[in-house]
Amino acid sequence: MKVDRRSFLGLGLGAVAGIAISPVGAKLTDDSSIWTQNWPWTPVPPDGKISHDQSVCTLCPGTCGISVRKIDSRPVKIEGEDTYPVNNGGACLHGIAGLQYLYDPCRVKTPLKKNNGRFEPISWQEALTLVAGRLGKIRENQGPDTLACITDTDLGSVPGLFSHFMTAFGSPNHVTMQTLESWLVQTAQTLHGSGRTLGFDLDNADFILSFGAGIIEGWGSPVACFKANSGRRQRGAKLYQIEPRLSNTAAKADRWIPIQPGTEADLAMAMCGILLQENLFDPEFAAGFRGGLNRFNAMVQQKYPVDQVAAVTGISAADIKKTAIAFAKAKMPVAVPGKGRGDGAQSLKEFAAIHTLNCLTGNINKKGGTFVKPVPGYLSFPDPVQDAVARKGAGKEKLAGSARELVTTIHQSDTPVVDTLFVYNANPCYSLNDPVKTRAAFDKIPFVVNFTSFMDETAMASDVILPISTFLERFEDVPSRAGLVRSVVGLARPVVDPVFDTRSPGDALILLAKTLGGTMADSFDWPDYKTCLKSLVPGIWKELSKNGHAVIAQGPPAGRVETNFAFLANNPPTMQPKGDANLTLVPIDNMRVATAVPASSPFAVKTVSDRVIKKKDMFVEINPKTANGLKDGGFVTVTTPAGSARVRLDFNEGIMPGVIGMVKGLGHGFDNKYVADKGVNVHELISPVIEPGSGLDAAFAVKASIAKA
Amino acid sequence: MIQDKKAHKFGMVIDLDKCTGCGSCTVSCMAENNVPFKEDESDKKDSLTWMRVYKLTNGRPFPDTRTAYLPRPCQHCGGKGDHGHSPCVSVCPATATDYGYDTGIVSQIYTRCFGCRYCMAACPYHARYFNWWDPVWPEGMEKYLSPNVSPRMRGVVEKCSFCYHRYQLAREKAYYEGSDEIPEDAYQTACTTACPAGAIIFGDLNNPSHKVHQIVKPDPHPDPLNHDVVGKSRNPKVFRLLERLGTNPKVYYMSEHEWIRKLGDSYLDGEWDKVKNHHGSASHDG
Repeated sequence: MKVDRRSFLGLGLGAVAGIAISPVGAKLTDDSSIWTQNWPWTPVPPDGKISHDQSVCTLCPGTCGISVRKIDSRPVKIEGEDTYPVNNGGACLHGIAGLQYLYDPCRVKTPLKKNNGRFEPISWQEALTLVAGRLGKIRENQGPDTLACITDTDLGSVPGLFSHFMTAFGSPNHVTMQTLESWLVQTAQTLHGSGRTLGFDLDNADFILSFGAGIIEGWGSPVACFKANSGRRQRGAKLYQIEPRLSNTAAKADRWIPIQPGTEADLAMAMCGILLQENLFDPEFAAGFRGGLNRFNAMVQQKYPVDQVAAVTGISAADIKKTAIAFAKAKMPVAVPGKGRGDGAQSLKEFAAIHTLNCLTGNINKKGGTFVKPVPGYLSFPDPVQDAVARKGAGKEKLAGSARELVTTIHQSDTPVVDTLFVYNANPCYSLNDPVKTRAAFDKIPFVVNFTSFMDETAMASDVILPISTFLERFEDVPSRAGLVRSVVGLARPVVDPVFDTRSPGDALILLAKTLGGTMADSFDWPDYKTCLKSLVPGIWKELSKNGHAVIAQGPPAGRVETNFAFLANNPPTMQPKGDANLTLVPIDNMRVATAVPASSPFAVKTVSDRVIKKKDMFVEINPKTANGLKDGGFVTVTTPAGSARVRLDFNEGIMPGVIGMVKGLGHGFDNKYVADKGVNVHELISPVIEPGSGLDAAFAVKASIAKA
Repeated sequence: MIQDKKAHKFGMVIDLDKCTGCGSCTVSCMAENNVPFKEDESDKKDSLTWMRVYKLTNGRPFPDTRTAYLPRPCQHCGGKGDHGHSPCVSVCPATATDYGYDTGIVSQIYTRCFGCRYCMAACPYHARYFNWWDPVWPEGMEKYLSPNVSPRMRGVVEKCSFCYHRYQLAREKAYYEGSDEIPEDAYQTACTTACPAGAIIFGDLNNPSHKVHQIVKPDPHPDPLNHDVVGKSRNPKVFRLLERLGTNPKVYYMSEHEWIRKLGDSYLDGEWDKVKNHHGSASHDG
């Protein structure tokens, strides 16, 4: 066929028209856009039936109720539980990010044993036999007291079971970390007698005098405190914040009174003096004062005259007087101790002096006041069965009163005082001041057994790791603590089957006791932890299992409170930070960074400002006046008696000249690329300072120098 | 398809005096909307945070410094005159982002987006984020992803949707229960329910019984000084970001402090004093 001009043009036009009209082109474009986005590696979350499980969060001492949204059996979101009497709805970022902990890259997935510095997986049976073998030898050698145990707290049935285990085994050496609750219990013990703790009715008080308490920085039960702060604004209640830097709490306060770090106790003593001198104390409550109120009065007038304290604290004498009088004249004043989150290194003198202000106003055990309340005793443990070895060991003197002291004792002694150490829910190798020495002390302990969900710094220094289910995978009673006025016990319930080969800590202990046999097995005569828990809380189990919580006490406690001034009347010394450099380095509590166990989640780290951490570098807050010649964002070396670190400067008008601040909770050294190896662990720069009255670390700061790096 | 008969105008008011800067809203948003995370999130320019919390400072020296926080979701602009021509919607060549006249919500359809990022350039609030990489979750962590929001892929823009899936669920529930009314508490965004300080109030700005309407008291008339501005608050403590642009955001902010309200826009010397006491049209004072 001959192709002439006419048919060529015809064909061509026909083809153009055909392509234009045909759906092929549009279809191909559409397909290509669909197929280029139809990438199999982008997950498609499976759909299913929506349900909500109620439980309690145990990530921090806040003990908030949570509601977990599930798709079939899969938890997809954690939110605050509206009906839980601690948080009443709302949750903090760490709780909301809680599901990330289930699948955390650092989860310990199976029992591990250290062999030549490397961990190898073993079975639960092997792990229990290994630990029981070691413990059996200790008892054979008549030294059950060489078993020691560190837990985060002594509240609740799980720390209770560790205590039970230690007593049955024959060791008095169960110690805890320093938490806000432990400081409050010790303060109450010092001033009012043992078995008591303090609660602060921030929801109703009309004048809150906070001595650096980070009321919206994670102090106490964070969500409850956030709510109290919001309510305060609506009620018109005043908040005065006494703190060396403009924390979020200080920025929200009605007045921010900058103070030289570490002089809060002196200020509180001077204020006590003003109240006593001006006759602004409550005579009715004063009838319960014991242990030399007159002696205390004479001492504060002599040792803490306002002019002298004004010079020490950097607050004018007129301001001190005005603040003290405003506090005393308020209807419902509350003075709040505990710098930052109120945990870790604090000072008993400071806590006691601040709480004495509460006692002098007489606003104790009243609405809008401070509650001196009994430590809730809802657990009824059976007496542990002890044999002769155990009785002898348990009767020995305690090696140490706290985890801090235990670590120091081990570090300083030449002979091994502890053969085997249990660690549960604590990370002393990270969070005690001077962790290098803590790590050295751990290296001296022949056998460390860690009950943990995550491979953190302390887990890495352990010999055997028993993997523990997270709070979302197990039962546990969760007593409220940390300055709440209401005593509530919550029940954490598993919302998902254990993701890995883990067990609840209670089950691990019961199994270990059974492996040991003899009196140990007799002391742990429960088939599993759930049965055990049920038998330990007979009075409230029904309520717990039905409502998810039981309110043990609310409203002001009844009965008279006696106050004993003996401790303060002796004028215990105010602790000074180590070193003689010209700057004072204070650790900063930042709500977005977790400081205890577990470490921050990836989501939490994502929220951290780029003026706190940038790539791997950490910033230190400094007043531009202090930074003579140095540049904002420039690199410097911070040197303290404990060590030195390379950091960047964050010029901040909100920090006192002469003071520099670093955020706590960063600089982790474990293997999690989302969370660890970012910044510096501020505890590495702080040397502990032991307060004689409490035997505890009171290093609120350290002296530091900076130089261009 | 379920049709909602009434035209809503969902909006938010954030009390900056209550906001503690804790970050719960940010995390709740990320957990609700399957927002991924990377190894290093310290470069905030490419960090996906639909709800981002900015720190404000009054810039004064010690000890008169004060700080505050400002959470910034998508502002769900109504555009000039509140006609639905939001800055991003009007530039999108793919209709991947659209204005919902029944809700006032600015949508984002990931599968339509081809990543030109015009919308990001057009958004005066930096509320839009681009996926430079495919999302990667650590092994097993994809198990917590919610089926209500599809995870995004590399090359698309994403932003806050006022938790639109929660609106859909609430609407379906209302329909199932035979009602055409969505109760105020049936549709709340993830940031609102998470906020432990109760700083975020969410609801229908068109509904006088909703708290957000009662606080904002939106002016139904255009601003006499600038006819592009509609829905200006008649509450002297309430302001919007860059209000004078006429983008008409549906996110309002509230503060007692003048220095915070002043930071809502970039004012020239003397400008603030002229506008600070102007709250809506004179005919609706009080």
